[in-house]
Order: sequence, then structure tokens, then C-alpha cells
Amino acid sequence: MAVPIELTVNGKTVAAEVEADTLLSSFLREHLRLTGTHIGCDTSSCGACTVHVGGRAVKSCNVLVAQLHGSEVTTIEGITPRDGSLHPMQAAFKACHGLQCGFCTAGMVMSAIDLLRHHPHTTDEEIRAGLEGNLCRCTGYQNIVKAVAMAAKAMGRQRP
Amino acid sequence: MSAMAYHRPSSLAEAAKLAAGDPDARILAGGQSILPSMKLGLLAPSAFIDLAALGELRGIRADRKSVTVGAMTTHAAVAASPEVMAAIPSLAKLAAGIGDPQVRNRGTIGGSLANSDPAADYPAAVLALNATIRTNRRALPADGFFKGLFETALAPGEIITAVEFPVPNTASYVKFPQPASRFALVGVFVAQTSTGVRVAVTGAGPCAFRVKVLEDALARRYAPQACEGISLPSGDLNTDIHASAEYRAHLIPVLAQRALA
Ligand SMILES: Cc1cc2nc3c(=O)[nH]c(=O)nc-3n(C[C@H](O)[C@H](O)[C@H](O)COP(=O)(O)OP(=O)(O)OC[C@H]3O[C@@H](n4cnc5c(N)ncnc54)[C@H](O)[C@@H]3O)c2cc1C
Ligand code: FES
Ligand code: FES
Repeated sequence: MAVPIELTVNGKTVAAEVEADTLLSSFLREHLRLTGTHIGCDTSSCGACTVHVGGRAVKSCNVLVAQLHGSEVTTIEGITPRDGSLHPMQAAFKACHGLQCGFCTAGMVMSAIDLLRHHPHTTDEEIRAGLEGNLCRCTGYQNIVKAVAMAAKAMGRQRP
Repeated sequence: MSAMAYHRPSSLAEAAKLAAGDPDARILAGGQSILPSMKLGLLAPSAFIDLAALGELRGIRADRKSVTVGAMTTHAAVAASPEVMAAIPSLAKLAAGIGDPQVRNRGTIGGSLANSDPAADYPAAVLALNATIRTNRRALPADGFFKGLFETALAPGEIITAVEFPVPNTASYVKFPQPASRFALVGVFVAQTSTGVRVAVTGAGPCAFRVKVLEDALARRYAPQACEGISLPSGDLNTDIHASAEYRAHLIPVLAQRALA
């Protein structure tokens, strides 16, 4: 059954007809060609596919597009400033070597932004707990935690 | 092309009518259990009946006597609720320990209870706190709600609307998480309620259950020492790649003791 939906993706209104069982991850990658969102496991375990729905991190491989009628979705493509520079979280990942192969990075960045938005003054322990849903096979996590801590400082300065 | 249908009813009555009209349709809440089961081929519903538009099923109300959580309230909302933290801090802590942040942002209390996963956290709280499960048809007591593996007292098509937790004198939950999924290898919820001491266990059997020997021991003395020397039979408990039934049986009094420490 084709389900008519309308939602906002990275600030733009998107209207489409989808199958009832179309996952948000496939809709983003195959329909909208937003391939920055990665599919690592497709079993809701790894967090590589993390995007924001209404500002909160969710695993896009475990949500149907049909469920999101009227919602606001933000992907990794939607967080970079228009001038092509990096979001402070991306810049911190780069500065701290918070990535190696980069497969997990988009999901890590999206989870970390949600974490800092709700807990701007996190400890390293809270950062680790906040990234519980994101797996990385390369880095050993140390530099990811450093990156999020650095971004917390940078984003704290940005805040009015 | 998939043949599946998707409905987004705008009233509870409409949702109930859709559910009654199609026995193979599934109520959809957060989707955090349904979608993984569908991918594993364990479930192939004819239609989704999405409760997303029913705002009245979302939200938390609390007074001195009880905390009522709407069925569509997410784990993240319960974990962050000042009302829940003030009235039943152990319940907020339990919600904050479910899965990971992404799962907590979508998963709901109604979905968790209707699912009755043997390793889910909320069933332990519902049993230990003697909660009432409200549906579109009736109010169901916690005792007798969990019937078995993924089996509850809900009738086909019955919809959970809210869960009412009486405020206990004191309560505590400790889970031993299975490190990969964060589901409970074993979780023990201990509470001193107006109807006595209640101890509920999840993760160990086909569904959450109460443990009378621990309740009796803690009724005599509500202290960690009261759990010492208690051993439980492992006969009906789960064995899987993560732990044996004997290990799970051993963990129950150990976690009860930690809950009281
Ligand atoms: C990676 C991962 C880790 C997890 N870890 C944990 C954990 O540590 N502890 C834990 O407890 N859970 C865990 N879960 C499960 C999670 O808590 C789910 O959110 C929850 O079990 C189901 O809630 P849902 O809203 O997503 O329900 P859905 O998946 O939408 O539905 C689940 C079932 O309930 C039925 N249903 C839903 N709402 C209602 C209603 N109001 N009335 C009647 N029937 C209804 C549906 O028809 C379906 O059969 C985990 C899930 C994932 C993906
Ligand atoms: S691809 Fe979604 S959690 Fe791994
Ligand atoms: S950088 Fe390779 S998976 Fe994280």
C-alpha cells in the first residue's frame, strides 16, 4: 500500500508516497540520495544510521518513514553550515582523530550532538554512556570521547 | 511492492475498530521491537495501526499517591521526568537504563509491556510496584498480566492506554545487563509497598515473575543481609549463549541484595 507522507528533511519539505514498510534509512539513502547516513548492521545494533527526529537521535534503520509524517528529520548533511565549513562536532572529530575508516562517524556525530544539546556539561563517563548506542570498530573510542569533550567546550562558547 | 497496509487512526476508538477488524494487523508504537522482529522474519503483519497521532496516550501525571504514564510515553521521557524522579526515582533510573539513547528516544512503555520480552526492564517495575495496566477496555492488575514468553493477559486487539504506578515507600532496581544489547541478563526490582514487600525478577524466566521466598525474608527484615543464604531453583529458568539457568538463579538473590545496599 502506498502511504502518502510529508516531512521536513534538513529544513526542506519532502512529500512522497512510500510503502508501509519503507525504513527511514532506505528512504534517505535511496529516495533522497542522502548517503551520508550509513547502514552498518541493519539490526538496530551499531548506530551508524543515527539521524535526528525532532532533534533527538534515533536509528534510522529502525524507524518507518510512514511513522514520521509531519516530523523534522536532520541528517549529517543537514548539520554543516552553508559556507561549507564544519560543524564544531565534525571539526573536533577531525582535530582529535576521532575517526579512522569513518564508517561510524556520521552516526557518532549525530548522537554526540543530541547528547550535548541535552547535557552541555558532560563528563567523560557521561559521554561514554551517551554513545552507548554507537559502535566503532577502529578507534577504540578514546579519541571519540576526546572529540566530544572538545566540541562541548567549542559549542559552549557558541551558546549565547 | 509490499502488500502491507499502514493506518494512522486519529482516535482510540478508530484504532480499536481497525484492530478488531483485522486479526493480523499490529499496533505500532515506537517500532523498536516490532521492526527488528520483522527483519528477523518472526513477524509479518498485514497492517500497522500506528498510535503516533493519539496525543492523549502520551505524557506523565503524578500526585502523592501515584504516577500515571501514558502508553506512548518514551523511555527517554520517563527517564527525564522530574515528576517520576521525585515520586519513584527507581522507575526513572530503570527507564534511563533501557537499551541505548536512540532506543529510549523511540521505545514506549506500552510497547514494552505488550511485548513482554523475557529480558525487558519495565515488567519488573510493573510487578514489584503493583501497577495497574489500563486499556481501552478495562484495568488489569500487574499480577497475572505477564503470562509467558511474549504473552500477556491482553485480548487480541486490546490497546494499552496508560500504566498507573502506586508510589512505594521505597524501591530499587538493579540489572545485570547483557553487555551487547543492554537487555537484562537478570534484573531485580525490590519495593516496599502499601501491600507489603514485593520482589520481581526479569531476564531469568519466560516472563517477569515474583519471588516469594525473597519477599518473605525481606518482610521480616528489609535489609541486604536478609537475602543471604537464599538459593533459588534453576529448573524453569533460561539458558542461552549469555548465561546458564544456574547462573541466573544465583544472580537473583545477589542482585536483590545489591538493590537494598
Ligand atoms: C538495540 C535495542 C536494545 C534494547 N534494549 C532494551 C533493554 O535493555 N531493556 C528493555 O526493556 N527493552 C529494550 N529494548 C526494547 C525496547 O525497549 C522497545 O522499545 C520496547 O520493547 C517496545 O516498545 P515500542 O514502543 O518500540 O513497541 P513496538 O515495537 O512498536 O511494539 C511492540 C509490541 O507491542 C505492541 N504494542 C505497542 N504498543 C501497544 C499498546 N499501546 N497497546 C497494545 N499493544 C501495543 C505491538 O503491537 C507489538 O506487538 C531494546 C530494543 C533495541 C532495538
Ligand atoms: S544500521 Fe542502524 S543501527 Fe546499525
Ligand atoms: S572509524 Fe571505523 S568504525 Fe569507527
